[in-house]
Amino acid sequence: MTGGALTTVAIAMLGGSLRVSTPFLFVSLGECLTEKSGRINLGNEGALVLGAMVAYATSYQTASPWAGVLAGALAGALLGALHGTVCSLARVNDVAMGIAIMLAGSGLAFFFGKPYVQPSAPHLPTLPLGFWSDLPQVRSALDVSPLFFAGVLAAIALHWLFRTTRIGLRIRIVGDSEDAARALGLPIDRIRLVATAVGSGLAGVGGAFLSLVYPGSWNEGLSSGQGLMAVALVVFARWNPLVCIAAALLFGAAGALGPSLQTVGVTQGYYLFYAAPYVVTLAILVLTVAPGRSLRGMPGELSLGK
Amino acid sequence: MSLIMRATRRQMLHGLGASGLALAAGLRPRPARAGELVVGFIYVGPKDDYGYNQAHAEAAAILKTMPGVKILEEEKVPETDDVEKTMESMIELDGASLLFPTSFGYFDPYMLRMAKKYKDVQFRHCGGLWSKDKHPMNAGSYFGYIGMGQYLNGIVAGHTTKTKKLGFIAAKPIPQVLINVNSFALGARSVDPSITTQVIFTGDWSMPVKEAEATNGLADQGIDVVTCHVDGPKVVVETAEHRGMYTCGYHANQAKLAPKGYLTGAEWNWITVYKMFVEDVQSGRPVPNFVRGGLAEGFVKMSPYGPAVSETARSHADAVKAEIMKGGYSVFKGPLKDNKGNQVIAAGAAYPETAIQIESMNYLVDGVAGSLS
Repeated sequence: MTGGALTTVAIAMLGGSLRVSTPFLFVSLGECLTEKSGRINLGNEGALVLGAMVAYATSYQTASPWAGVLAGALAGALLGALHGTVCSLARVNDVAMGIAIMLAGSGLAFFFGKPYVQPSAPHLPTLPLGFWSDLPQVRSALDVSPLFFAGVLAAIALHWLFRTTRIGLRIRIVGDSEDAARALGLPIDRIRLVATAVGSGLAGVGGAFLSLVYPGSWNEGLSSGQGLMAVALVVFARWNPLVCIAAALLFGAAGALGPSLQTVGVTQGYYLFYAAPYVVTLAILVLTVAPGRSLRGMPGELSLGK
Repeated sequence: MSLIMRATRRQMLHGLGASGLALAAGLRPRPARAGELVVGFIYVGPKDDYGYNQAHAEAAAILKTMPGVKILEEEKVPETDDVEKTMESMIELDGASLLFPTSFGYFDPYMLRMAKKYKDVQFRHCGGLWSKDKHPMNAGSYFGYIGMGQYLNGIVAGHTTKTKKLGFIAAKPIPQVLINVNSFALGARSVDPSITTQVIFTGDWSMPVKEAEATNGLADQGIDVVTCHVDGPKVVVETAEHRGMYTCGYHANQAKLAPKGYLTGAEWNWITVYKMFVEDVQSGRPVPNFVRGGLAEGFVKMSPYGPAVSETARSHADAVKAEIMKGGYSVFKGPLKDNKGNQVIAAGAAYPETAIQIESMNYLVDGVAGSLS
């Protein structure tokens, strides 16, 4: 590979990580919040797909993409509230329920989304941060959606919430030890319900990014499992919202590797490059996991650890 | 689901003997009115995807207006046992006697199995290779030579490109896709032999994020005309328009998605085929088993030219199209090298669209950058 090609791949991976990472970021933040309260929500894949559909439909009907983002968040939150409510009943397994919610969310989105496959809805505007460069590649790579920055801000806010606020402390207590929470008289079910609903709302915003920014179209193959991968990212980020940013960016960059290598002429083995995000996850997990350290940071009440 | 179970219960009754059969006949709900032909269409994706499925659904919509025809449609049927259940319920519950399972993976073994089971129902599959020795006579296949459309796309793209670099976003390296890639590249090189075509394989038929990434990657490389062979070209066409590239369409007309950059497109025109099949069944004529056709037969058509197409490009493409319409036009003729330098077609040999040799294509021609694995 020549220097020029290397630069192109580097720019493409930078651009790709900014473009592709946002849905991963939102879903993993939402999942992080929910899991911090001691519950798993695999249904966030459903919230992502439903959010994408509702956002696209709303943007098309109202001609306002921002209204679409709001509607996507709301749809996700409703789905999350359903998950939260059912999971607060006795003897309901949150993993199994999450799968049901995932299927329900996608099914609803496919059913009601049928009339919106064809129309073109107005997209969210992007911020042209590459205005200083003469290179069209750089300019396009730095055409960043405001939603990306919203995601980064949300990550910082969540980090601050968990570390320094009373609400964050309560969420963590509920997630770490039900007994302690009960002793303190905390409303466990209500806290978990809100954490689940807000978490799925964030996933819904991730969906709105998919349908209104990039790739910017609604169809049934839109998510291709990104919501589920984001759930795995939370484990990878050790339930730390700031690490979620890095993890999402890494996944975005790894995802951009396959197409960009083909454009500069490295065409052999593209199936292998497409596996890059998964290989990266495996490699990092293997490198960082040591006996006794593997589940550091995991909320104590999570059914994963029981 | 309960409907399907009724179908299987009925089969059980069939096995119980004469009384069972009589009962089964009584149970059989056949809403089809006498003399009405019920035709079933099965799609693998949504029928308004600006792509492969829409092309079939548009033809189905025209069939609906024919007298004495009732159309059934089911979307998003996976290429698994599910399609058998769909076919079975269309036959048993709705009385369908002509079925079009349109997706490639429906053919073997699902449609063949159903064709053996329901001998009085006609099955015609899009894209499969039906052969007299191996397959039931009430089954068959049809397809169109859309590669010629991609050749014309290539000619228009070749006239339009300023950077002399074209892009092709493809799903999988199977012969039908490779014919399109190679035809597009050869069309462009017939205008200017220095034009190269970069192909990117996304790995599957519907991968919106990869398709968008691929389009952006091509734009970053200075490629200024792009076309594709994926199930729904919407993402590619919209992303290309956003990046200020020109596009050539595929499957259906995507001009609405790219009012500035849409040049022309290779579209299916399935109504020709479907009308023929329906009329054959209605009039009791034998229904052909193996149907192929191209531009001349009206199986394939071109989108109207977009505003960016120059006068030279139009007249060149129109002239070649007129030649193709006469029949026997060969895009693939020797001496032809692949992009590794091996000779794939010897000097003097020429394969028109009907040639069986090109249906097993497994190379990218000289001038295409990319590889098959």
